[in-house]
Amino acid sequence: MAKVKVRAKEKGGMVDVKCLLSHPMETGNRKDKKTGKKIPAHFVQELIVEANGKAIVNGNINSSVSKNPYFRFKYKGAKGDTVKIIWKDNKGESDSGEGTVK
Amino acid sequence: MERRLFLKGSIAGGAITSAIGAGLLSVKDAMAEWPKATMKAKDLIGALGSAGKGEASDKIKLKAPEIAENGAVVPIDVDATGLEGVTNITLLVESNPSPMAASFEIAEGTAGFAATRVKMGKSGNAIAVVVAGGKTYHAQKEVKVTIGGCGG
Repeated sequence: MAKVKVRAKEKGGMVDVKCLLSHPMETGNRKDKKTGKKIPAHFVQELIVEANGKAIVNGNINSSVSKNPYFRFKYKGAKGDTVKIIWKDNKGESDSGEGTVK
Repeated sequence: MERRLFLKGSIAGGAITSAIGAGLLSVKDAMAEWPKATMKAKDLIGALGSAGKGEASDKIKLKAPEIAENGAVVPIDVDATGLEGVTNITLLVESNPSPMAASFEIAEGTAGFAATRVKMGKSGNAIAVVVAGGKTYHAQKEVKVTIGGCGG
């Protein structure tokens, strides 16, 4: 299952990038209802958005961002650009996804 | 608001990502340290530092629902394209235990725009702090939450 979905559309020289990550974004405060124990924190901490290999946005993310994080950005670009989203979480796990600007 | 180092000083991420791809540089090393102090700060002063939220600006269009039915998923849109030279957009949820939700460094040529969805435990202000041309501005909007978003 794709962990990072990227959709990018160009209009009037501006590219609108929307991405959807698959991630539980656990704050570490939630209790497991059956055991009563706190579910450990597990959330995306860093986000990099690249256009044609060049970083355009670098985000620091907290656990208060919703589960399955959605992000949207805009930059000056063109159809055919490659947009790449890279994320890293507090456990050191990382993933990325790419899309071509339409 | 402290200026954040972009990928430890390099805005041209290309070289770093190729190095990551080649296994020469781990993603963990390449990315700058997660700013634990501001992320875990319990109030706005801790989250924003001495610059604070700066002056209110009507050039920042902050979109957030008046009433959020589901506090687990509250959409926040920040359009600061009316300001020149945006370098940072930071989103805060004032009533959360740690107000800082996300902070985006914006490279040149990238629009001063960021949107995401946040968890809100209870009603309060959604605040967007924007650094543009070296100055700090903000916009805020009160969001009423009917069901809190932190899983009880």
